[in-house]
Amino acid sequence: MALLSKKDANLILDPLADNNPITIQVLGICSALAITAELKASVVMAISVIFVLGVGNVVISLLRNIIPSKIRIIVQLIVVATLVIVVDQVLKAFAYELSKTLAVFVGLIITNCIIMGRFEAFALGNGPWRSFLDGIGNALGYGVILIIVGFFRELLGSGTLFGMPVLGDPIAKTGLYATGYENNGFMIIPPAALIVVGIIIWVQRSRNKALIEEA
Amino acid sequence: MGLKEKLHQTKLKYQGKKMAPAFNAIHTFLYAPNETTHSGSHVRGADDLKRTMNTVIMSLVPCLIFGMFNAGYQQYAAINGFPADFSIMEHFLTWDNFLIGAATILPLVVVSYGIGLAVEFVFAVIKGHEVEEGYLVTGMLVPLIVPVDTPLWMLAIAVIFGVVIGKEVFGGTGMNILNPALTIRAFLFFAYPTWMSGDKVWVHGAVDGVTKAGSTDAISGETVLGYLAQGNTAEMAQKYDLADMFFGFIPGSVGETSTFLILLGGLFLIFSKIASWRIMLSAVLGSLAMGLIFNGIVAAEWIPEYSKFYSLMSFEYWQHLLVGGLAFGIVFMATDPVTGSQTNRGKWIYGFLIGFMSVMIRVFNPGYPEGVFLAILLMNVFAPTIDHYVVRGNIKRRMKRLKNATIYPKVTEGAEALKTETV
Repeated sequence: MALLSKKDANLILDPLADNNPITIQVLGICSALAITAELKASVVMAISVIFVLGVGNVVISLLRNIIPSKIRIIVQLIVVATLVIVVDQVLKAFAYELSKTLAVFVGLIITNCIIMGRFEAFALGNGPWRSFLDGIGNALGYGVILIIVGFFRELLGSGTLFGMPVLGDPIAKTGLYATGYENNGFMIIPPAALIVVGIIIWVQRSRNKALIEEA
Repeated sequence: MGLKEKLHQTKLKYQGKKMAPAFNAIHTFLYAPNETTHSGSHVRGADDLKRTMNTVIMSLVPCLIFGMFNAGYQQYAAINGFPADFSIMEHFLTWDNFLIGAATILPLVVVSYGIGLAVEFVFAVIKGHEVEEGYLVTGMLVPLIVPVDTPLWMLAIAVIFGVVIGKEVFGGTGMNILNPALTIRAFLFFAYPTWMSGDKVWVHGAVDGVTKAGSTDAISGETVLGYLAQGNTAEMAQKYDLADMFFGFIPGSVGETSTFLILLGGLFLIFSKIASWRIMLSAVLGSLAMGLIFNGIVAAEWIPEYSKFYSLMSFEYWQHLLVGGLAFGIVFMATDPVTGSQTNRGKWIYGFLIGFMSVMIRVFNPGYPEGVFLAILLMNVFAPTIDHYVVRGNIKRRMKRLKNATIYPKVTEGAEALKTETV
């Protein structure tokens, strides 16, 4: 990381692990539960959030000295809404099927707590370059969890990854299914995502005891 | 050297070592130790937790043995048709039935205990505390509340899930919010619904395509509630009468069919003061109340006969207690001292709502005509809230009494100060 100073590098690295927006701050849970049944949707969602948060943080940071603090939430909403509409239109133009799977959740990036949280907590008080790094870092931390959850849910729930069968054919009973294995219907429904996220939090905290709050 | 002495020697040898909890567990399971339960939300008495658990297991054994006979009998009846002159000795209590049943059900018991205790032992060794007794009862309940032909690997996964997510993450026995056995049942139901419902899973061999005598038709067996959910009241009534339902000669999960034996187990638990009679009684009342409401709706002709809920709604209100898992759930699951309400008034509310909602979910559940496990899990979640408000209510009532009380000796400044201080 010669490119970045240590302080700047931490802006990206911290949210990936010990300050993860989902597993530590517990933000952005709704979309993590809703769209992670398929890995493809998780990846697209992660990329969308990286774009929105990276660009949004820079825009807010550039405007930070001219936004009147009384109406700053409205300004932030306009910025994020504009970016989300761009993402939505791009998806509709180039990945129509996927945009139908993601349905309302692309639009709901606007209400993703992580985005407004980073605008408020970071971009309003820091320069554009650092805000950009912070945005990318937090969105990556969000995306990593989404992809982990999506991987397990799609693999165990449907026996596929990115829609490609990896465990054999459940109807013709080939591969693993020949042994009597069956897909786990529980992994398809959103509560399973809550449990997978819970297990990730459990693993993370048992590896790093400093994260455990005082009882 | 007797077994007890030998165990004691081994225990001493491993004292302070990593595997010590494992040896302690075997020792205290077989012989009463000299100490009683230290902690947990259990009744503290002369007995320790293991003795309490063993009493529950004893009350479950009749259901298990009956389930073995019934598994054999249901297969026999599905292949050869129901015997016209049914006699218990000739058709039900036969070695053939018992052996067929035992061969299917014992593996379930072995997997349930083997996997569940293995998880408990692993957690005990990692955490360095004693092996907890909680799984003794759960391990027995699990095979009794699943269909006979549940694949063993599914059961194993569900048991791991239930013990780890349902119990260990909350801190182990006595700390869990949800009943682990029902967590396991719910996991199976949502993960593998095709193995948990329908008309194939209740008869051993039906899934594998065993055929009827003198025919190539595969055997099948629908539960009483299954018939009603499809509106086949007449067919159900022709196949099973009230005595069948009460004594349990009907298809269903392994141990849930015989209301008679469940009743005996329940009385045993009440007399040994292990389970709460308040919860059992109020749950029965709750289910009767909901049944009466449904019967009333039918009697008042508020629901047309072609409605898909009609058959289940017009099912005689008290007969709900004879079929499905309602009786089993009320006696053995709702009364779990850890996950149920702790206060006496809370137990009435908790039990009543379990009965009430069991029948409601049973009637309105579109996928599967049963709701006892869902109702109990839901009330498990609400039990602490119920207790909280009962305790708050008590405090409020006593506060009021204190305010209106005349304090002797006649109110002086000191007593006044005392009064406000307490308030």
